[in-house]
Amino acid sequence: MTAIAFAQPDAAILARRDAIVAGLAALVPSDVLITNPDECRAYETDAFTAYRRMPMAVLLPRSTQEVAAIMAFCQEQGVNVVARGAGTSLAGGAIPQEDAVVIGVSRLNRVLEFDRPNRTLKVEAGITNLAVSAAVAPDGFFYAPDPSSQLACTIAGNIAMNSGGAHCLKYGVTTNNVLGATVVLADGSIVELGGDAMDMPGLDLLGLIVGSEGQLGIVTEAILRVLPLAEGARPVLFGFDTSEDAGACVAAIIGAGIVPVAMEFMDKPAIEICEAFAKAGYPLDVGAMLIIEVEGSDDEIDFTLQKIVEIANGHGVKVIKQSRSATETAQIWKGRKSAFGATGRIADYLCMDGTIPTSQLPYVLKRMSEIVAGYGLRVANVFHAGDGNLHPLILFNANDPEELAKAEMAGADILTLCVEVGGCLTGEHGVGIEKRDLMPKQFTREELDQQMRVRAVFDPQWRLNPSKVFPLENRWMPQ
Amino acid sequence: MTDFIPLSAPELAQYVRQASATGETLGVIGGGTRGLAPKDVSQIVSTSGLSGITFYEPSEMVIGARAGTPLTDVEQALADKGQMLAFEPMDHRPLMATRGQPTIGAVAACNISGPRRVSAGAARDHLIGIEMVNGRGEIIRSGGRVMKNVTGLDLVKLNAGAQGSLGILTEVIFKLMPIREQSLTLCWHGLDEADAIALMGEAMGTPFEIDAAAHIPDYGEEQGARTLLRLEGFAPSCTYRFKQLARLFSHHGQPEKIEGEKARALWRMVANAEPFTSPDFAHVLRVHIAVSKAPRLLEYASGWGVRTLIDWSGGLIWLGLEPDTDIAQWRQQIAALGGHARLVRSSQVPGPAFASPDEKIAGLMSGIKHAFDPAGIFNPGIL
Ligand SMILES: Cc1cc2nc3c(=O)[nH]c(=O)nc-3n(C[C@H](O)[C@H](O)[C@H](O)COP(=O)(O)OP(=O)(O)OC[C@H]3O[C@@H](n4cnc5c(N)ncnc54)[C@H](O)[C@@H]3O)c2cc1C
Repeated sequence: MTAIAFAQPDAAILARRDAIVAGLAALVPSDVLITNPDECRAYETDAFTAYRRMPMAVLLPRSTQEVAAIMAFCQEQGVNVVARGAGTSLAGGAIPQEDAVVIGVSRLNRVLEFDRPNRTLKVEAGITNLAVSAAVAPDGFFYAPDPSSQLACTIAGNIAMNSGGAHCLKYGVTTNNVLGATVVLADGSIVELGGDAMDMPGLDLLGLIVGSEGQLGIVTEAILRVLPLAEGARPVLFGFDTSEDAGACVAAIIGAGIVPVAMEFMDKPAIEICEAFAKAGYPLDVGAMLIIEVEGSDDEIDFTLQKIVEIANGHGVKVIKQSRSATETAQIWKGRKSAFGATGRIADYLCMDGTIPTSQLPYVLKRMSEIVAGYGLRVANVFHAGDGNLHPLILFNANDPEELAKAEMAGADILTLCVEVGGCLTGEHGVGIEKRDLMPKQFTREELDQQMRVRAVFDPQWRLNPSKVFPLENRWMPQ
Repeated sequence: MTDFIPLSAPELAQYVRQASATGETLGVIGGGTRGLAPKDVSQIVSTSGLSGITFYEPSEMVIGARAGTPLTDVEQALADKGQMLAFEPMDHRPLMATRGQPTIGAVAACNISGPRRVSAGAARDHLIGIEMVNGRGEIIRSGGRVMKNVTGLDLVKLNAGAQGSLGILTEVIFKLMPIREQSLTLCWHGLDEADAIALMGEAMGTPFEIDAAAHIPDYGEEQGARTLLRLEGFAPSCTYRFKQLARLFSHHGQPEKIEGEKARALWRMVANAEPFTSPDFAHVLRVHIAVSKAPRLLEYASGWGVRTLIDWSGGLIWLGLEPDTDIAQWRQQIAALGGHARLVRSSQVPGPAFASPDEKIAGLMSGIKHAFDPAGIFNPGIL
């Protein structure tokens, strides 16, 4: 069951475990350091639960300075470090290894400063995504990137993965909504990247840090763009006979110059699973479903929804459900938002995250069901339709090692397909360990080397999250 | 003036390999409209032969173009399908008194944005893919044609704004937005800078989706000071938001409603910093600063009687300075407010564009430069 390899634990580090732990204990208050195996177990995996590794120790620092002291110590001692937010990574990005310590930022969770005219909120990076929006909601603001895991996941994890969400079509992903970050580098030095002004000059180190999956440093603070809340928002639900019709409808809406805040697609298996769980009133006699949400005043919403309904009518829509109240809105979203949870109740699943050019949608959906059926498995699809970010959920039984292997192979085939049609391996979940060995499908040797040369500027010894993102073979190291 | 005009990425890659073997340095120019002609290099490479739109999918809102494609070609192709580059790139020609055609590659390489940046994001936010030739003469692609892509390190962001210091862009891919049905500008007359900044800041915090917010101070000309808010969208929505905003700020008087070519000309003037075209302004500084700190900078500027222009709701301030101004002192003032100044036009020789006061950050930047361009052949002296 260990198809994906971790770097071989460094025996020299393991042999010095006690000394290392003692050194850490001398460095930080006692409640910052966790070494008890029972307590460490909570950190041995993330949401990619098929893999787990026990770390040497877990540290939960309370300040940037503590993080810096730990990093300097680890650098000096040659100890690997795996950064952790809430551990909701679906790519195994936060899974530790035996010769590493985990630095978790969950206690760095304070709101530091709301600058209203500047529309920025400065926070410690361990704050949860939802708590950011909650902090500015009384002033009529929100933080736009909204991963479905937003109740738990941290801004640090969002920055490390460049996370997205349902509302990205209009508002962009994490990288478009972060202005600054405080980062502790591998040697324990602290840098402030970006700031509270827009577009700082020079090389965009902040843009590089976003999406770097814990390989370049530990993010401890961030300056986030917050936006005024719309007066209101309302979805409409469409059912279509086929995915082709639904796809064509999405293209036509965009073609008409409308950019809804969200356009979510579900195929028949996903509709059935979500309806059985959430009783959201989804139509069960359709082949595909769209949930499209628009924002504004009541009149603006009515106006835009009417245009969208006209377009859907021109594309063979079979079922139209317009929300007339907050309850109905919640009802429509409830099914979609519980998609992962609902799926988890009927089977184990691997959640894929490839992105494709939307024009390829009908072809990719068809090929995907063929691929998965070829392995004797089932797949359900929910995805962000406006931007082509697919989330096929491959259903399998985790107690059957053979099924897990098949599911992983089906997943790899699907991601390869995404790259072949002009897309990419991951739209918002990150590479982690899950997609690491597929990187050569998307990048040439030179391209991987170029990325690793940049990585080496920050971490020449491969001490930060070393088992992730880049295949273990052919790693580039400075001479 | 130009030594080499490659017609393809492989041809450029081979040329770069040769140059690096013989220890030559290369300056890169696109349209040359920013007046940044590379100095002290042995060869000048022009991207003008790398021209043409490589693909355009209106239904996916993406376009790819080779780096030397004139910006106007791209914008025309998009306008034909009712779409646009949402970040509204500035045209440097009026300010720099240059000619030629700005290229799409330079827009990416210099991260050039205009008034809509405040609501829609910068060029770097819309750039989703690049192909480049690095200093080892390798062709490197990063990102791609899909707008959500987190596969590997984001070399796209690194190259957006790198001004060609890491390599030569050969193709760029941008995501797009539809051109809205209507564009309306509200204009309040006669506000001072403090009131204007307060109005814009408050407006940007309303749900009325301000598309752009700028203030043109009183230059002693007929029009006097003008505070501008632009709204875009479907006509009924614009009308509604216009009314709401007019009511909200009624204590500043009824705003004038400006539309059509008159509005476009006004925003072009803001985007292109046209109040500073006169050579009397020996130095033109472009300052990026937190909106909340803008009033302090403006106060300082008014103490010196300096001409200003305010965009991005206060986040971008242009300053026109006299010949004998102590630029270093201005930079200090601005840095103390957490902002940053770029000397866009000057009678002085500007310093390195990327100088960082933080040694650690400067070290990271030069490390990255080295990671792309170990022999230091591209645009030397920029760091
Ligand atoms: C049910 C469910 C739904 C989800 N929905 C979405 C979705 O809609 N959109 C989406 O994009 N993702 C989604 N995800 C994936 C996941 O929630 C995101 O990747 C999230 O950003 C991870 O945040 P975290 O705090 O849990 O980070 P972790 O899982 O703890 O870590 C993620 C990565 O960040 C690194 N990291 C953590 N902290 C730091 C730090 N301080 N400095 C540097 N690196 C650090 C880790 O090393 C790791 O590589 C979902 C996950 C689940 C389980």
